[in-house]
Parts: sequence; structure tokens; C-alpha cells
Amino acid sequence: MKNKKIRGLSLQVIPFSEIEELSISERVKKVLGLILNNKIVIIHGRLRAEEEARLIEDTMALVDHIKNFRGIELAVIEPDLKNKGMITRFRHGLAKKLVGDSEALTVVGPSSIVKEIKRDPRKIELFLG
Amino acid sequence: MLRILKSFSKRIFRAIFRKRESIKIGFYGPPNAGKTSLANRICKDWTGEEIGLVSKVPHETRHVQFKEKVEIKHKGKTLVLKLIDTPGIATKIDYEEFLKYGIRRNEAKRRAKEATQGVIESIQWLEDMDAVVIVLDSSQNPYSQVNITIIGNLVARKIPVLIAANKIDLKKAEIEGVNSAFPDYEVVGISAKEGTNMDEFYEALFRLAKKV
Repeated sequence: MKNKKIRGLSLQVIPFSEIEELSISERVKKVLGLILNNKIVIIHGRLRAEEEARLIEDTMALVDHIKNFRGIELAVIEPDLKNKGMITRFRHGLAKKLVGDSEALTVVGPSSIVKEIKRDPRKIELFLG
Repeated sequence: MLRILKSFSKRIFRAIFRKRESIKIGFYGPPNAGKTSLANRICKDWTGEEIGLVSKVPHETRHVQFKEKVEIKHKGKTLVLKLIDTPGIATKIDYEEFLKYGIRRNEAKRRAKEATQGVIESIQWLEDMDAVVIVLDSSQNPYSQVNITIIGNLVARKIPVLIAANKIDLKKAEIEGVNSAFPDYEVVGISAKEGTNMDEFYEALFRLAKKV
């Protein structure tokens, strides 16, 4: 898993609809399966807080058992609604309740490839190793 | 049916009238933010004993550690706490990082293995907390996903949160950065190492306990 030199970069985009019906375990398993194949995963949506925690837990369990796997880098980018009007925020809040947080983007990558993810509300920067 | 009703009313009665013996306060945050330093500072101030070892090497705390019945007296009020110091939560642990601190390879591997277990232990303890103090290093970027994930999990479990922006003694410290990253939470700037601003921290701790 630990690459000394990166020859290519594999990104896998997962539409929210593809994980919507999955249980917590299935979502985490799907993401980690891709990560272990050296892919950077971009989920169109965000995992729930307990799913993020489970992702960290399962990652740590794998660090112990898979040779050269050291963990993940994880970041979520969400629309910045701080300066938006009440109607826009209400609309976003309602959509979030109805269909989940599908406006966010979650980026997860193996830490052997993604050294650091810097985020601010509008952009994500990936620093590769 | 009658037995179920009886046990239900008994539980409700107990919940209303039972005097809480102590409040479980967890110290959470990323590695090397100063969780144990803060827990030690509080324990030393009120019990004369420390809770655990501190070190510059990340993941020094690799198991959850406790201090029971820490009685804090502040401005005529008393608070009895069970302090729970947890290992730092991280998304990656590389044993090679420990080699930089002069630790031998085998020891570094053992430390990394224990640290991964520590992260799992910390997450599993989350739901047992009555309230949580998130300890952040105020000289580091507060927008780390680990911080956001911890807070998100506490909010989902309706556990009250106080943020301690630690290491304000450092030149690079920026409490404003922590404030603007987490505007919905009370943030207190402290230096656990120097004991700076601890009065303000204890006041905030009493406010936190009231939310339990």
C-alpha cells in the first residue's frame, strides 16, 4: 500500500444514490474496500457523524491487521450558508432532512497517498505523498 | 404488565430524585492537544495527584484513564466529577512517525498498535460521557475533520460540549481561529502547562455541568 512514487491517481466518485440505501456497516465497508485498492473516494454527500466515527474505528482496526496500511485522510466540504438568507438556509435544511446531506462532498483517501487534506468552506486541497 | 409499569415508574422516580454522585467528564481531542496535561492540571489542583504521563511524543495516552471523585470548589459552589482522559483520536497512525522521537522500531510498532486500539477505545467510550471537554491545540488548524467528527458525534448523542483551546502560551496560538471554527460552542483559551486562565475554565466547567 505504501507507494514511494505515485505513477497515477485513481479517483472513484460515489453518487449519494448509490449509498443511500446502505446500512452503516455496508457504507463503511464499501468506502474502505476502495481505499484498500489505493483509490481516493469522493462521495457526493456526507456520511453521518456516527458513520464517520465508525469509519475511523474500522480504519484503526485495519491498521493493525493489513500490512503497510497506515490509515486514511478524510475531509468534508459543505456549502457555506453563513451569509445566505433565511429562505435559502431553510430550503437547504429541509432538503437535508428529506434526502440527506447530498450537497456536501466527502473526500477519503489512503494516508499513504494523501498526505494531508486542507479544507475551508469552499475548497479542498489534497497534498499527495 | 403491572410489573413493567411498576419498574418504569420506579426508574422515572429514581431519575428525578436521585442525587447524581458525580458527573462523568470526558477529555477528547486529537493527539498531542494536551488532554492529559489539562486532566493532570485539574487533578493536581483539587486532589494533589496526577492522572497520567505526558510527553512530546504523540499517542502517549493509549488507554482510557480515570480519576474518581474530583471535588472542585469555585466561588462557593462544589462540583464532583469523574474525569475520563481518553487517547487522542486520529485517522492514521504510522509507526515510522515515532522513530523521529528516537524510539526503537519494535517499540514504535508496539506503540502504534496500542495507539490504534486507543482510538477505538476513545470512540467507544463517547456514549458513556455526561459531558465532554474537547481539548484542541490552539496553534494548529482547528478545521481538522477529526475535530468535526468528534463534535458531530457528541451533538448527535446530545452530550454537552466545552472547547478548551489549549497552548495559548505558544506564539502561534490563535483562539480566534478556534472560535470562528466552532461558533456554536463555548471556547475557553487556556494553557494547561502554565496554568493560565484556569479560573475562567473552571467557571465554564460549572456552566457545562449545569447542562447535564
